Amino acid sequence: MTDYTYTLLIPLIPLALFLFTGLTGHKFKPVVSGLIGTTGLFVVTILSYMTAIRYFWTDHVEGMGYTSLKAFETTWIHFSDKLTVNLGVLIDPISVMMLIVVSTVSFMVHIYSLGYMKGEVGFARFFSFLSLFTFSMMGLVLATNIFQMYIFWELVGVSSFLLIGFYYTKPSAVSASKKAFIVTRFADLGFLIGILMLSFMTDTFDFQTLVSPTGPAITQVGGAAFLGLSGITWALILVFMGGAGKSAMFPLHIWLPDAMEGPTPVSALIHAATMVVAGVYLVARLFPVYSLAAPDALHVVAWVGGFSSLFAAIIACTQTDIKRVLAYSTMSQIGYMMLALGVSGYGGHDGLGFMAGNFHLFTHAMFKALLFLGAGAIIHAVHSNDMKDMGGLRKYMPITHITFLIACLTIAGIPFLSGFFSKDEILTAAFHHNMPLFIIEFAVAGLTAFYMFRLYFSIFWGKETHYHHTPHEAPATMTIPLLILAFGSIFAGYLPFHELVTSDGMPFEAHIEYAVAIPSVLIGLLGIAIATIMYRKQTEIPQRLATGFGYFYNWAYHKFYMDEVYLFVTKKIIFNYISRPVAWFDRHIVDGFMNLIARVIERSAYLIKGFQSGRIQQYGFVFVSGTIALVIIFIYLW
Amino acid sequence: MNSEILFFLLAGMILVFSILTVTTRRILRAAVYLLFVLVSTAGLYFMLNYNFLAAVQLTVYAGGIVVLIIFSILLTSHISERAKMAGKFQGVMSALAVVAGATLTLITILNYSFPAKSLNEVPSDVKSIGRALVSYNENGYALPFEVVSILLLAAMIGAIIVARKEKTADKNIK
Amino acid sequence: MTGTIPLQYFLIISTLMFFSGIFGFLTRKNLITMLMSIELILNSVNINFVAFNRYLYPDNLHGHFFTLIVIAVAAAEAAVAIAIIINIYRNFRSIEVDKVDEMKF
Repeated sequence: MTDYTYTLLIPLIPLALFLFTGLTGHKFKPVVSGLIGTTGLFVVTILSYMTAIRYFWTDHVEGMGYTSLKAFETTWIHFSDKLTVNLGVLIDPISVMMLIVVSTVSFMVHIYSLGYMKGEVGFARFFSFLSLFTFSMMGLVLATNIFQMYIFWELVGVSSFLLIGFYYTKPSAVSASKKAFIVTRFADLGFLIGILMLSFMTDTFDFQTLVSPTGPAITQVGGAAFLGLSGITWALILVFMGGAGKSAMFPLHIWLPDAMEGPTPVSALIHAATMVVAGVYLVARLFPVYSLAAPDALHVVAWVGGFSSLFAAIIACTQTDIKRVLAYSTMSQIGYMMLALGVSGYGGHDGLGFMAGNFHLFTHAMFKALLFLGAGAIIHAVHSNDMKDMGGLRKYMPITHITFLIACLTIAGIPFLSGFFSKDEILTAAFHHNMPLFIIEFAVAGLTAFYMFRLYFSIFWGKETHYHHTPHEAPATMTIPLLILAFGSIFAGYLPFHELVTSDGMPFEAHIEYAVAIPSVLIGLLGIAIATIMYRKQTEIPQRLATGFGYFYNWAYHKFYMDEVYLFVTKKIIFNYISRPVAWFDRHIVDGFMNLIARVIERSAYLIKGFQSGRIQQYGFVFVSGTIALVIIFIYLW
Repeated sequence: MNSEILFFLLAGMILVFSILTVTTRRILRAAVYLLFVLVSTAGLYFMLNYNFLAAVQLTVYAGGIVVLIIFSILLTSHISERAKMAGKFQGVMSALAVVAGATLTLITILNYSFPAKSLNEVPSDVKSIGRALVSYNENGYALPFEVVSILLLAAMIGAIIVARKEKTADKNIK
Repeated sequence: MTGTIPLQYFLIISTLMFFSGIFGFLTRKNLITMLMSIELILNSVNINFVAFNRYLYPDNLHGHFFTLIVIAVAAAEAAVAIAIIINIYRNFRSIEVDKVDEMKF
């Protein structure tokens, strides 16, 4: 067993960077704190890659499964001998995979931000928040127990809140950050209750104990039944509620599109590649429990994921804000991952879905970060988010154009790019385990190709737009991350994930199933073709199609009125019928009682305040005569 | 016999000047009457054979406190000023209370037989007093002595700070 | 030196002195005269201590030393009181006790 204690540095370096740049950022030129943060992240990235290589290859004995091991653990809070909260570092295939994802994307975003955020007010603040986020995300990924995960889960939420509201002078950014925080907090309430239920039933927070097939969570499935489901199923559904909030699954997705108010690198890092997949990671982390103890909860995961991916893909076809299109695309792709986990079985080839979900998480992080960073470069050049203000940009921004095209092809599932491999595995898993979901996902694959190429053509082809000043290619600090991520998007698919990241740690044989792969490629090409006809040149077709679909188009354009539904429920129903009576009770009964006490005391004080005349001789007289009276009573009359 | 005459003389002085102190309308005279009361009290201490105590009474009370009082009178009022007395009602009520209290106390004193003892007298010369003040055995008073010295220091500092003119207050007045 | 004078005589003197002090405290308006009344009261108490010490417990000096300490306390009290009175005079231009009632209510 090799010593992995140094992995403790992976979360601690960003923490130190956060404290350092946060506390001393105003002392240097802004670019210095940026460079410090980027250098620190470089070290973190090196350490992460080193860990991955050692874990997967150097230290791995051929033919043996991958086991999880604790590199470090310490007791943080000691409540009693049975109840302690530990902090530590857990090394296993998915956490190592996440290390690669988080460190790579975070490092790229740091470099990119050096160029993108140049000259912004609060440059140093931005980098310290990025470090805070990286620290929290690493802590989440490496958590040894579910309580540590919850702590970092909330920290991640806080850094997301801080970064969405980075432009805090803009009212829309402020309300978006509040919305994100409140919605995810609401979901985390479910998560917390789930954790408490789970630990109440199993007497442990520890992941290794929880997921062990002989552990208490899986062998003692029993527990109170409620609405026909066992206690552990309810606990896991509640835990999934937290994951759904963070991962923007329907119906808790409403914060993600608004979160695009944050700076674009933040959208790339937090709201595309890392934080939003925390929900997927959470389900993957507890996967053996889901799979073996609560298959019903896993069905919930699968259907929520499947529905969300379809729902988001339809909305994405109608949006015009490029970042919002990407946000809905993210939601759709995360739906894919959830679905993959949901249809997976435990062990061997049955666990294909588990592997595919994680695989897709990995490749998605690469190409979605690339898409967002590319979108950032475009916004940087055009100074607008709206695709109506864009068109014909391929001439001005060649590097962005090429990398964006690669990312679009990847997400559309074109063969030999990474997206093809991971998406194909998901479809195969769905095909074998759940036919209805497979059909949904098959349609979503076409829709994905369509809306991505709608986006691509509207930006880079389409009408010749007149710009205020000629758009120019982004500086090297921004294009180099694009190139690196494009490289990742192309080749990440060739990693042997079925040997590395599996549900039970044992490798299995995976191969491309042509019955699934060929139709899915064809529907992707179909989507691209339709988008090409409609958007390659400026035509009347989109307009006519929009009117043709009529109400449905309007529904999708307004995101199926989800925000309005939420507002109706909160403002009209909860505020009017719950909050108002409670407020009335508080103001009139509780406050009224307190005011009554205060008024009685005030009145009696008025009555007796004359005694406090402030005349010392009066006091003296009363004192002397009182003493005399007491003497008479106690000495002579008693 | 001589001692009785002396006692009645001192007692009479104490009585008369006590009453004059609290009834005269001239403040400066009240201070002088107080001085006479204190000096007579010192005489009583002499009669009781506590010479050191009498000396302290004379120096601290008569020499220190009365001079302090006279200074403050001169600082705060005119010599010719007649002090205001309380209203009639207050005066009568206070007199009633005082007379009642005095009567009560006198009755109590006269009805109680104090058991006189004839024990060995301890010497109260300056040497033994000084020794008792700094010793800490059964009849030593080192602790009260130290406490009182700290109290005096605190009172001194406090008096200076309270009476000092504040610069900011000055500005405000202007 | 005390000869045939009984203890009660000393107590009567001190009682009368005490109550004249009380009377002064209750009727005088001037803060300095009130202070003088308090000195009278303290002094009468001292006489009691000394007399009791001499007549009842001549074998030790407790009353004597207590009186010494009371004198010291009286001196401290007078110094602080006069400092306060001077401060009051500065702020109110008067040392009438009735006029110093800002703190009431």
